[in-house]
Amino acid sequence: MSSQATAERSPATGDFWEGFRLSIPVVVASGPFAMLFGALAVGNGFTVFEAFLMSAAVFGGASQMVGIELFGQHVAPWLIVLSIFAVNFRHVLYSAAIGRHLAHWPLLQQAVGYFILTDPQYAIAESKAESGRKVGFAFYMGAALPVYVSWNILTALGAFFGQMIPDTHALGIDFLLPIYFLGLVMGFRKRPLWLPVVLASAAASILAYKTIGSPWHVTVGAFVGVVFAALMPSSGKREARP
Amino acid sequence: MSTIFWITIAAAVATYLTRIGGHLVISRFENIHPRVEAGLNAVPAAVLTTLVAPAMLDAGPAEWAAIVVAALVSLRGGLMSMFLAGAVVLIALRQFVG
Repeated sequence: MSSQATAERSPATGDFWEGFRLSIPVVVASGPFAMLFGALAVGNGFTVFEAFLMSAAVFGGASQMVGIELFGQHVAPWLIVLSIFAVNFRHVLYSAAIGRHLAHWPLLQQAVGYFILTDPQYAIAESKAESGRKVGFAFYMGAALPVYVSWNILTALGAFFGQMIPDTHALGIDFLLPIYFLGLVMGFRKRPLWLPVVLASAAASILAYKTIGSPWHVTVGAFVGVVFAALMPSSGKREARP
Repeated sequence: MSTIFWITIAAAVATYLTRIGGHLVISRFENIHPRVEAGLNAVPAAVLTTLVAPAMLDAGPAEWAAIVVAALVSLRGGLMSMFLAGAVVLIALRQFVG
């Protein structure tokens, strides 16, 4: 790319490509999970279109995995929605934190911007704001659109090929989700009270699973972990947010 | 329309509320109470743990080996490497122990 070509571009175009470059690692890292989601969704009773629709409308990898897992366990629909809401609840914090940097956009652009506010999108926008520069709509969409488009296309591809897997047990498909969820749990291990919360939730969910049964172990285990964290003495002092 | 369709629409609305809600509601307050914040911080680990722990009750040696290897790898590697390590162990062992 010549410097002349760069100079001829409008500032918004340059901003878009700056965001686009930052999106590439996110596209690469999320791609396999989009395909995995598509394949597992089909294994849990979704059609290819339904898997695609969930990716396009919810656009939150971990919560989508939770959704198809619970659907496969025949959990009541309202509880599936509530669980997806619970897994996505962390976005409230991103939204509160990034809001002041997006407040100068027109309302419609803000409405679109919040729709695609994922974990990496928050990180990209926040670090741009931290460097003292304005977070523009073009930059923001440059970082978000490649991820959104590839997430949906790869979901459909994964679902399409997932239909063709003959022996899902031999390929371990039924146990891939617990491994994936463990990875997400481990990713939060720098947070305050992480180990006690995990142990409390694990114990409560196992107990609930053995007594009142699935799917209530999800609600009970999550509730016990959250209340436990709120009641711990060390939560009285201000902790650094991860 | 199917149940899955309506679950998806409701989940999409709920998710959108979490993405716009923090800006609309929480940013109006000066401070979040530390206990509320501690509770919110614990939400993802608490929810996700409930999807792993009970699954281990019915797990055999292949599943246990996979989850232990994945946990160890996750101390150093990222999500993708821990996931692949766990999957490889699981698939390999299932060929022998079913």
